[in-house]
Amino acid sequence: MIVKLSWLSALRPSANLRRELEAAVIALLVSVAIGSALMLVVGKSPGHVWWLMLEHTFTESYWFGQLLYKATGLALTGLAVAIALDAGLFNIGAEGQLTAGVLACAVIGRALPADAPMVLAVPACLLGAALAGGAVGAVIGVMRTLRDAHEVITSIMLNAIVAGVALYIGNIVLFQGGTTTGGQIVAGARLPQLGLGGSSASAALLISVLAVAVVWWLRARTTWGMAWLAVGRDPDAARSVGINVDRVRILVMIGSGALAGLAAANFVLGHKHAFEEGLGRGTGLLGISVALLGRTHPFGVAIAALLLGFLSSGGLSVAEEVPKELIEMLQGVVVLAVACAGPWVRRARGLRDRGVA
Amino acid sequence: MTAAIIAALDKSYPGPEVEGGQINVLRRATLTVRPGTVHALVGENGAGKSTLVKILAGVVRADRGTLAIETRDVAVERWDRPAARAAGIGIVQQHGASAGTLSVVENAVLGIEGGPLLSLATPAAALAKLGEKIGLPIDPWATIESLSLGAAQRAEIVAALYQGAKVLILDEPTAVLTPVEVEGLLARLRALAAEGTTIIIVTHKLDEVRAVADDVTVLRGGETVATFSTVDAPLEIAAIARAMVGAELPAQVKVPAPPASAPIALSVTDLKLGELDSATLEVRAGEIVGIAGVDGNGQRELALAITGLARARGTVRIGTRDVSRASPAARLAAGLAHIPADRHHGGLILSATIADNLALGRTDLTGRFRIDRDRVGTNAREQIEQLDIRPPVASALVEALSGGNQQKVVVGRELSRPKLVCVVAAQPTRGVDLGAVVRIHERLRAAALAGAGVLVISADLDELLGLCHRVVVILRGKLVGERTTRAELGALMTGAS
Repeated sequence: MIVKLSWLSALRPSANLRRELEAAVIALLVSVAIGSALMLVVGKSPGHVWWLMLEHTFTESYWFGQLLYKATGLALTGLAVAIALDAGLFNIGAEGQLTAGVLACAVIGRALPADAPMVLAVPACLLGAALAGGAVGAVIGVMRTLRDAHEVITSIMLNAIVAGVALYIGNIVLFQGGTTTGGQIVAGARLPQLGLGGSSASAALLISVLAVAVVWWLRARTTWGMAWLAVGRDPDAARSVGINVDRVRILVMIGSGALAGLAAANFVLGHKHAFEEGLGRGTGLLGISVALLGRTHPFGVAIAALLLGFLSSGGLSVAEEVPKELIEMLQGVVVLAVACAGPWVRRARGLRDRGVA
Repeated sequence: MTAAIIAALDKSYPGPEVEGGQINVLRRATLTVRPGTVHALVGENGAGKSTLVKILAGVVRADRGTLAIETRDVAVERWDRPAARAAGIGIVQQHGASAGTLSVVENAVLGIEGGPLLSLATPAAALAKLGEKIGLPIDPWATIESLSLGAAQRAEIVAALYQGAKVLILDEPTAVLTPVEVEGLLARLRALAAEGTTIIIVTHKLDEVRAVADDVTVLRGGETVATFSTVDAPLEIAAIARAMVGAELPAQVKVPAPPASAPIALSVTDLKLGELDSATLEVRAGEIVGIAGVDGNGQRELALAITGLARARGTVRIGTRDVSRASPAARLAAGLAHIPADRHHGGLILSATIADNLALGRTDLTGRFRIDRDRVGTNAREQIEQLDIRPPVASALVEALSGGNQQKVVVGRELSRPKLVCVVAAQPTRGVDLGAVVRIHERLRAAALAGAGVLVISADLDELLGLCHRVVVILRGKLVGERTTRAELGALMTGAS
């Protein structure tokens, strides 16, 4: 008898995995169909546009690099939303946590001595970004557990508050000479570019890959993962076996915020090398789509990040053909299709019928 | 002879690959119900009883098969709840299907309300009157969650009849009731049948079958293995039991009472929490003590206070350790095991595997941080074997198991804790059938034999009298005294003496 025993298999036993994949494929086909219809509406040949997107992305290193750049940020914010969802918390606040991370990352990167070596400068910036994001997450977690304030509300509000605070700090200490860009970070804090046709892709990609691996390991192989999944699935059951539900929720929100904050590495350390108003904007919100599309599984999140990254960079690559708003709509369509396809596949297979006896 | 229902049905669920990818729950299970009779559907864990009645009621769809309602054939692939409701089939499900925050009357009109404007006054009056008439009085304006399990069930029965049910299906209706309530319910069912309503009752309690059934269908492993009818001769209960288990049941042996010098395993002093008022109690090592009472008299609070899941006033000692201020985790670490009253709310994570549920929170198995998957797997195989959990597949999801097998998973996790000092088992066999009851009682006895003090909180007097060395009655939040006979216990539970 083969016994698979991780929470990985707990959540997705083989039969379920197949269904999840079917759901994803169906959702994608539906999205492609709707996207094609939208292209027809604006008078373009869908086949031509899709082909161009693929061709640009996979034959021109610049566009492939842009895909990786987008996916790097999305994977981190996607993971942030996914681990919170696993614990039963809907963290809409990855956007604000990312902004806090960007601010911290840029401030630390600039405050470091000019000759700070990379081995110190980069970790210092990453730590700052994670702490800043984690702090915002902690506030949400604490308000949820102590005051029972719903995280959807508090995280949305914190998005606005953090954006305001970041702009304020930018205005009084960072922005230079009437611009909305701060001073450059020290050389040691800059992550090397991947050198793909002058694209924005940088070694931040490795941070994303590492984060996916670490979250997967924690989730599937450790008692932490067991606790956070248990709290998400049934807090009463978790409590009755001795898991401190409040503590798990707060810790997961800190972890979630830290992951979103880490995405700052992609934008500040890997690309702009400075604080900029609106840097990385939208990555946090799109992270919600990535987490849902990836069914909160770390590998699913990675694939979803690449896919939405492809849509957004590929969409830009065909900007002469179709308006970029169309591609943004398409990203929304993908998420809607995924949200609808999951239950549909389940119903088709009669999985909705619960209980055997 | 006309029949109210004639069915022959197949149903399978997707299952683990090792099981061939599917679990056959019903294999051409047949059922013939005569109108105006009480028909008992009996069988072991996972025999397919609940699935069969859910298909009849249109809650679950059959894969294949034939179904005739009042001799009219219907297409099983299109048989859903609205169709079944239109055909006059009402169901009261095992765990209740009412929306808790809505009132009785709102639940009764849910899904059948006529126009966009919802008028509740008329149906409420009709419900109250109907309840009065059939001897199941209900308050139509009470919210379901404010009602005891018994009252909520009465409300569901009245609602089903209000919706025009000619066939009333009850899935293990007595599992949540006290002995007095059971007697009352069975009498009402007989009266309803006498007035022409057809009753199908899913049960595994043979004394209930004897008391109420005209006909009996026995399911085993998804097949109909025997039918009995009072038309020919009085029901032969022993024959029904043999058909259910496919063999004779093992005799139950009592655990010898511990000596008076045995150390105290669990003591609570002056415990106060909500309804619970100054509970004082001692359980010695090796002793099994029962708490008997009608639901809602403070049993829930007693369990919460002992396990630390709610903060209570008073003292709790596990062994010699005072854990009154300790967290639930610290109490478990001090040697407590807890079988919660409702496995669906606090006992299990339904969407996780058997193996994971057996290891949930058990850091002694999983290790503190990195999960020791070999040990978790070995433990799962051991428990599956010992408790005869079906299907015997560690990676099967708990939500796909029958109630009895789910409860075995809870019992397996809790009673296999190392260095067990005391056990709090709340309604350990509620909604669980014969075979599982035997296994679960076996494990509780084994825990006592191994030196743990066991506290069993139950509404089932047969269970308590068969299992316990002494039984204490809880009434209106107070532990009111010890009794030894069924009659005395029953009287004290209801406040009659």
